[in-house]
Amino acid sequence: MKIAVCISNVPDTTTRIKTDASGQKIDLSGVQWILNPWDELALTRAIELKEQNVGMIDEIVVVMVAPSYGEATLRKALAVGADRAIRIDNDPADSYEAAFELASYFADQPADLIFTGIESADFNGSATGAMLSLLAGIRFMPGVSGVFLEGGQTIVHQEINGMSLRLKVSPPLILNVQKGIAIVPRIPAMRGIMAARTKPLTVLSPKKAGACAQVIAYESLPPKAAAKMIEEDNAAMLIEVLHNEAKVI
Amino acid sequence: MDFQFTEEQLMIKQAARDYAQRELWSDVIERDEKAIYPEKHVKALAELGFMGMMVSPEYDGGGMDTISYVLAMEEISKVDSSVSVIMSVNNSLVCWGLEAFGTEEQKQKYLRPLARGEKIGAFLLSEPEAGSDATSQHTTAVDMGDYYLLNGTKNWITNGNTASTYLVIAQTYPEKGHKGINALIVERHWEGISVGPHENKMGMRSSDTHSVMFTDVKVPKENRIGEEGFGFKFAMQTLDGGRIGIAAQAVGIAAGALELALKYAKERKAFGTEIINHQAIAFKLADMAVKVENARNLVLKAAWLKDQHKPYGVASAMAKLYAADIAMQVTTEAVQIHGGYGYVKEYHVERLMREAKLTQIYEGTSEVQHIVISRALAKGELLP
Repeated sequence: MKIAVCISNVPDTTTRIKTDASGQKIDLSGVQWILNPWDELALTRAIELKEQNVGMIDEIVVVMVAPSYGEATLRKALAVGADRAIRIDNDPADSYEAAFELASYFADQPADLIFTGIESADFNGSATGAMLSLLAGIRFMPGVSGVFLEGGQTIVHQEINGMSLRLKVSPPLILNVQKGIAIVPRIPAMRGIMAARTKPLTVLSPKKAGACAQVIAYESLPPKAAAKMIEEDNAAMLIEVLHNEAKVI
Repeated sequence: MDFQFTEEQLMIKQAARDYAQRELWSDVIERDEKAIYPEKHVKALAELGFMGMMVSPEYDGGGMDTISYVLAMEEISKVDSSVSVIMSVNNSLVCWGLEAFGTEEQKQKYLRPLARGEKIGAFLLSEPEAGSDATSQHTTAVDMGDYYLLNGTKNWITNGNTASTYLVIAQTYPEKGHKGINALIVERHWEGISVGPHENKMGMRSSDTHSVMFTDVKVPKENRIGEEGFGFKFAMQTLDGGRIGIAAQAVGIAAGALELALKYAKERKAFGTEIINHQAIAFKLADMAVKVENARNLVLKAAWLKDQHKPYGVASAMAKLYAADIAMQVTTEAVQIHGGYGYVKEYHVERLMREAKLTQIYEGTSEVQHIVISRALAKGELLP
C-alpha cells in the first residue's frame, strides 16, 4: 500500500499578518513557516500506520504545492518519517490551483490512500481535498477522525452527532482528516533528521491552471468596539442604548 | 561572518521547543515541588536522540554539532532545567569525555548505550572538601596491579542515583599532585558503592543530586580513561565543553523568564493600560532582552569555536560567567514585573529564579570562571 499525504506550508499561527505596500500581497518577510497542523497530524497517523502494520505500507510520500521556501517544511516531514517528498513548483493563489496541481500529480502517480488535512491554517478554505477528489476522480471521505488497517481492510472512523461511525472502505480514496486522527504531532528525532539528509525531494514543474480570482486588496476590518456593561437590573438603560446608540431597536 | 542557522539547526531547536512547551510544561511545577525525577521525559528525550545528540552515529549518537546542542539546551531550559541538566551532564560531560578520550573498547561498551540514552551517566569530580579546588582530591584509586582500589566520597552528583555509568576522578599518586589523578569508568552496581539521600535543593529539584560513597571498589585497569595521571586534564578539558551546555542552560532560563514576563506585561493592566505601556516596565524588558541576546551570542561563539576545533576554553568560561549572572538578573526582574504573582509558584518565574542561582555555582563557579578569564588575559591569550 502507498500512502500520500498532501501537506501545506503555512505561517506559524502566532504570525502577525501584514500586507505589502501594494495591499494585494501578504508580506512574507519574517514569516516563520510551519507544517499545517492538520497535515502534520495526518502525517503522524500515516507514520503510525506504517509502524503498526509492518511490511504493509510500502511508502509514505508527502506532496506540496509551494515555491522553494516550502522545502524546509518538506524536509521536516522527511525527518518525521515520510519516505520521499514532492514539491510542485507553484505558488497557488487559491484552493483550486493547489487542487489542480495535486490532481495532475496523482493522475501520474496514484496512491492507495491520500490524506488531506481538513483545512489549512492560512486561508482556512477547507476546499482542497474535495476539489482534488472531483478533479482527479478519486472517491472522497470527509471528516475522518481515525484510520486503521485491520485484517487487510481499511477502516475509518467518522464523528457524527455524539457518535462514532466505523466504516470499511476500499482504496483508492482521499481521506479528509480532522480532529482525532492523531493526538500529538510527531516530533522529529535526531535519527530522522539525519536520515532526511539523504531522502529524495523531487521538484516537479507545475501545470498552472491559473487562479479563479485575482486579489484586488486585503483590507483590515474595523477594530471591534469595547463592550458596554449595563447593570443587570437596569433594563431602561439597555433599551436606551439599543435604541439610541446601537440603533437596532 | 554568518549569523544564519542551518535548516537542520532550526529543526532541532523547534523539536526541543515543541517537546518542552508541550510535555515538560504540564508537570514541571509538581515535579519541582515534590522533587520527582523526570523519568518519562528522560526516556522520551532519549528516544528523540537528545541524550547523545553530539555523539557520532558510529556510536549510536545523533551526530549533531554543538550549535544544535546549545539551541536544544536553551529551549528545554526555558521550561525545565532539572531536565536540561540531566541532558547536559550526559551529553557534554559523560558522552563527550568518553568519545574524545575513551578506548575503542570503552566506547563500544559504555558510550553506545549512553548515546542512545538507554543508560544515563554521571561525572564525579566534586568532593565534600574539593569543589573549585579540584586538585585536592581525597578520593583514592590505589594501583593494585591489575585493578585500582577506589575509596572516598563524591558530592553534588547530578544523576547520582539514576546513572548506571560513573566517570570518577580520583587520586592514585598523591605525591604527584594533580598529575597523579586518574579518571575511571565505574559501574553503579559494583560492590562497595553506596548512594546517599536525595539532596533537598533550592532549585532544579526534579533532578537527582546525591553523594556517592566508594568503599574498596575494584576498578579494572582497562576502565581508566587515557594514560596514567591523565585524570585531572581529562576533567578540565571535559568541563570546558560542559560549561557551554550550562551557559546555554542559563540563557534558556533567562530567555524563558523574559518570554513569561513579556506575555504578562502585555496582559496585566495597571493605571488604565497594559503595564508594558509603562516605561518602568518596558525599559526593564528592553534591558532583559539585551542581556539575553548578549549571553546567547557568547554561547553560540563558544559552540562555534568548538565545532571549528579551535580553542574554546576561555570562550566557554566567558559564556558561562555572563549567562549565569544575567540569568539571575533577568529572572529577578521577571519576578518583579509579575509583582505578587511572581512570588507564587503557578507563574513559573520564581522557579526560574531558583534555577538560575545554580548556574553561578556548578560546573565551575563564577569565581572560577573569573580565574580562567583573568589568567588568559594575563598570559596575553586574549586581545585587550
